Amino acid sequence: MTAAALIERDFAVPDIRCAGCIAKLEQGLVRDRRIASARVNFTEKRVHLACVSDAEMPDLIGAFTTLGFEAHPIGDALGDADPAAAGSRELLRAVAVAGFAMMNIMLLSVSVWSGASGATRDLFHWLSAMIALPTIAYAGRPFFRSAWRALRHRQTNMDVPISIGVLLASALSLYETATHGPHAYFDGAVMLLFFLLCGRWLDSVMRDRARGGITALLRNMGTGAMVLGANGKTRWIDATALEPGMVMLVAAGERLAADGAVVRGSSRLDLSLLTGESAPQLVHPDARVHAGTLNLDAPVEVKVSAVGADTALADIARLMGEAAQGKSRYVRIADRAARLYAPAVHALALLAFVGWMVVGAGWHHSLLIAVAVLIITCPCALGLAVPAAQIVAAGELMRAGVLVKDGSALERLAEVDQAMIDKTGTLTLGRPEVRDLERLDAHVQSLALALAQASRHPLSEALTRGLQALDVARADVHSIRETPGFGVEAKWGDHVVTLGRPSDPIKGDALATQLSIDGALVATIRFADRLRPDARAAIDALRSDGIDVSILSGDRAAAVAPVARELAMTAQTGMSPQDKLAALARQSVTHKVLMIGDGLNDGPALAAGHASMAPGSASDVGKNASDCIFLGDRLMPIVATLRMARRTQAIVRQNFALAIGYNVVAVPLAFLGYVTPLVAALAMSGSSLLVVGNAMRLKRAIR
Amino acid sequence: MNGLAVLIPIALGLGLLGLAAFFWSLRRGQFDDLDGAALRIFVEDEEETAP
Repeated sequence: MTAAALIERDFAVPDIRCAGCIAKLEQGLVRDRRIASARVNFTEKRVHLACVSDAEMPDLIGAFTTLGFEAHPIGDALGDADPAAAGSRELLRAVAVAGFAMMNIMLLSVSVWSGASGATRDLFHWLSAMIALPTIAYAGRPFFRSAWRALRHRQTNMDVPISIGVLLASALSLYETATHGPHAYFDGAVMLLFFLLCGRWLDSVMRDRARGGITALLRNMGTGAMVLGANGKTRWIDATALEPGMVMLVAAGERLAADGAVVRGSSRLDLSLLTGESAPQLVHPDARVHAGTLNLDAPVEVKVSAVGADTALADIARLMGEAAQGKSRYVRIADRAARLYAPAVHALALLAFVGWMVVGAGWHHSLLIAVAVLIITCPCALGLAVPAAQIVAAGELMRAGVLVKDGSALERLAEVDQAMIDKTGTLTLGRPEVRDLERLDAHVQSLALALAQASRHPLSEALTRGLQALDVARADVHSIRETPGFGVEAKWGDHVVTLGRPSDPIKGDALATQLSIDGALVATIRFADRLRPDARAAIDALRSDGIDVSILSGDRAAAVAPVARELAMTAQTGMSPQDKLAALARQSVTHKVLMIGDGLNDGPALAAGHASMAPGSASDVGKNASDCIFLGDRLMPIVATLRMARRTQAIVRQNFALAIGYNVVAVPLAFLGYVTPLVAALAMSGSSLLVVGNAMRLKRAIR
Repeated sequence: MNGLAVLIPIALGLGLLGLAAFFWSLRRGQFDDLDGAALRIFVEDEEETAP
């Protein structure tokens, strides 16, 4: 094996939870001869593999499976190339440069403050200028760029007063230095940049972390299908390389990678992610099937009719694009504050300048005071107030299993006063769960477990999960054999036991499997989707928080009714994606609506909602469209998230109040000319520490 | 004053050294997996069994 033949691939492995997992994966994977090296990235829940180039995707995923991990291939191996991560790295570099410059200039400034004079002071000022000017040119770029963009569109944002303040302060300080003046504000200007860059960087770290988590959850990315070649051989083809006319072999338990028509075999498909319908659909040859549906029963051969942009998803994507425009118009609280703040700050500085000119202080002295006003009022604490609170909140939520995509999502979640919730997969678990397991005899339970464990069929996996939760011991069976489309057969002593598809169709469309011993039926095990365990409590908690709740479901009225009754919610049923979008738009006129859903059919509504959440089991479209993703089977995280969002907003408002209070004290001082560089430095760092300290109170707010 | 001529370059040089070290570690990917780095101390090295 030569090193040249190695290729690199990335996998998302959501189940990496502890040091043991790291060791198990890194040491276990390399035992596979096709894998040369494996490196776990715990933060992003990823594994980076170097493997031989002819290693097929299913084999690699199989290597993870044998270690007990579920892995999903991630599209391109060069995950580092994405612009957002590069952006936050750039910010971190700017923070480092500004931090270095700030410390050195401060060192020089302290000597000036403590009484250096004459040539020494001039030397220190020149040194400060030499450090500060390149730093401002480098680390100030994010602010200058954004301020320039805003000004060109005749708008103003937080960055405009910042840029003007920093530029004016450094220009004036340079003049002071050249004319042997006593006051240079280089320390203030660089410190301002440093604090503000910290805020920016925190904001982008928060987005990166959530994005990493979400990438790990996207399971359909880079999937593909086994395609039947002309010579009867099968090979694995990535979803992006599929072409119309190819024949895919879809095993039971696999999701379809493209739209198409069934050419051979018949099975039942789980459409719940696509339409919200909970009952599986029977498909026979010639039936049209859609990408994203789950094959439940037996392997089928599907002739691909459309791929990528041509699939049924394209319509939903178009609707979502339109729906998302409303959300992009949302203005974040810091920018709303800046709209009032920036003109006020500029007016004050101008007033100070004009005022002192009128009194006859001379333009130099007047300008010095105007710059002091600008530096003091620069929204240093404001720039930190919001991101500091939001990153602490997002960190706490992440620990509780909720991924928040960005700060604006938290702000919008805090404003929500109505919730519309999808049924299948959101209020319910969206997967078959075994019913009435306790009624089975102990030996039947242990036999069922032994057989179910041998199969990867979705129903077998549900049965295994259910039985393991009951602590059932596995029966001693041997020569296990699985027949696709029929079931599992094994020897138990001298008896032949089978677990499989019911011999004659069960009444209704419920899913079921039957256990027989020597051909005689012993037990029929039924499966049904069921409510999430704490659905009632979560809905009640939402109501007590003053949020109206209702159901929007694509499922039939008969299937929705029991759920609606149990949760005492009003429901609208049989809705298409357009219907959901329209219902949401009607409510949005008077309310701020939170949409919670998981399916493809919820995508447009999720994109249109004032805020939106999706469970971790949601379709990729649902996860991409929502602001926030909660993991696990429980609904209570929704309540926790909304409460946390409201608390965060309260803290942000307190921080604003603190920042304004500080200005009320400091601005008159600056006006009167008492603010020397020393006072400015103390005031600035003091208010920033206060604001960050206040944000820290959000830690452990969930428990 | 003479002391300053020696001390200031030293102070700046050390600061720049720290900055360069930080950039180096950033580029080498040492900040890519902070949570993982904290856990790796618990990972026991596997015994070399292969020849």
